[in-house]
Amino acid sequence: MPHPLQPLAEIWVYLATTPLLGLTLTLVAYQAGHWVYVRSGMNPLLNPVLLAVAALVALLLATGTSYTTYFEGAQFVHFLLGPAVVALAIPLHQQLPNIRRLFVPIVGALVAGSFTAVVSAVAIAWSLGASNVTLLSLVPKSVTAPIAMGIAEKIGGIPALTAVLVVATGIIGAALGKFVFDAMGIADYRVRGFALGIAAHGIGTARAFQVNAEAGAFAGLAFGLQGALAAFLFPVIYFALRHFM
Amino acid sequence: MLAGLTWLLIYQCVGEIIARWTGLPVPGPVIGMVLLFATLLARQAVPESLKVTASGLLSHLSLLFVPAGVGVMQHFQRVASEWLPIAVSLIVSTVLALAATAFVMRRLLARADRRQADAGGP
Repeated sequence: MPHPLQPLAEIWVYLATTPLLGLTLTLVAYQAGHWVYVRSGMNPLLNPVLLAVAALVALLLATGTSYTTYFEGAQFVHFLLGPAVVALAIPLHQQLPNIRRLFVPIVGALVAGSFTAVVSAVAIAWSLGASNVTLLSLVPKSVTAPIAMGIAEKIGGIPALTAVLVVATGIIGAALGKFVFDAMGIADYRVRGFALGIAAHGIGTARAFQVNAEAGAFAGLAFGLQGALAAFLFPVIYFALRHFM
Repeated sequence: MLAGLTWLLIYQCVGEIIARWTGLPVPGPVIGMVLLFATLLARQAVPESLKVTASGLLSHLSLLFVPAGVGVMQHFQRVASEWLPIAVSLIVSTVLALAATAFVMRRLLARADRRQADAGGP
């Protein structure tokens, strides 16, 4: 007689080869993470992306499932990043009155924040002895994943590593933002949201929307502007540097 | 919803085509976003279907990062051998970026708000 769990193992082997499993697991893990996050009173340290990624990595390692197999299903979620970037045009358009009225603060903060993020990340990693490939993969880490991966590819980093660094940056920013702003005595939701959008892209923007609608709108604005600016500027700067050096 | 998603995909597609054709080193979706933004500016209004799809997509934005995040398991080796520079750099630079953005924005906003008050309200 076969072992009673034998059919279960066979079912797992079958399911693991279809996209259904990776897709379902991603949605379940994220919603479970989101449930824990909401139940904790939206504790910034219990970020739903962090919880979902940790749970999925643990599960894949425990069952010996490869990332490639998992990604066959998860790619359907990943693919939506493209249309989501296009969709940023809509909140950007809705924020047009704010952009016109607060043009100087918005552009000033955008440039200052983006510059600080890139220069400090590369300088710190370089001074602590990171390899060149890691440095190049770090350059676009504050920009949202699909744009950052495109930039990393153009300048010679590893897109997949950049994606991981981008997600880590988003989680760190979303988790620490509250503490940084409180320490600086910043209560203005426009400022808190905008800084989250610049430093922690989409994950920071999602966090800002959960905390306050005005913060969310300014985060979305920062995130969209920075993504567009970075996508156009990084390759230009890179080609200019390569040309002159 | 369906019409909205279709439009987003069409703009992304056009963006990709322009990026390949011109050899511009800019990701296709970003060109798509700029084109859609220009279209909305010209039309003055956002179609309802687009509004619904965009807010649906953007309200679950952080879910979309999960598959890329799980990719960390492919880079365990690099992350393990360079964990110190990577971790310190990510944490410190993110805190610095948050602080620098907030600092500059607060300064410039105070100036803009003061100027508007001088001009007799918003």
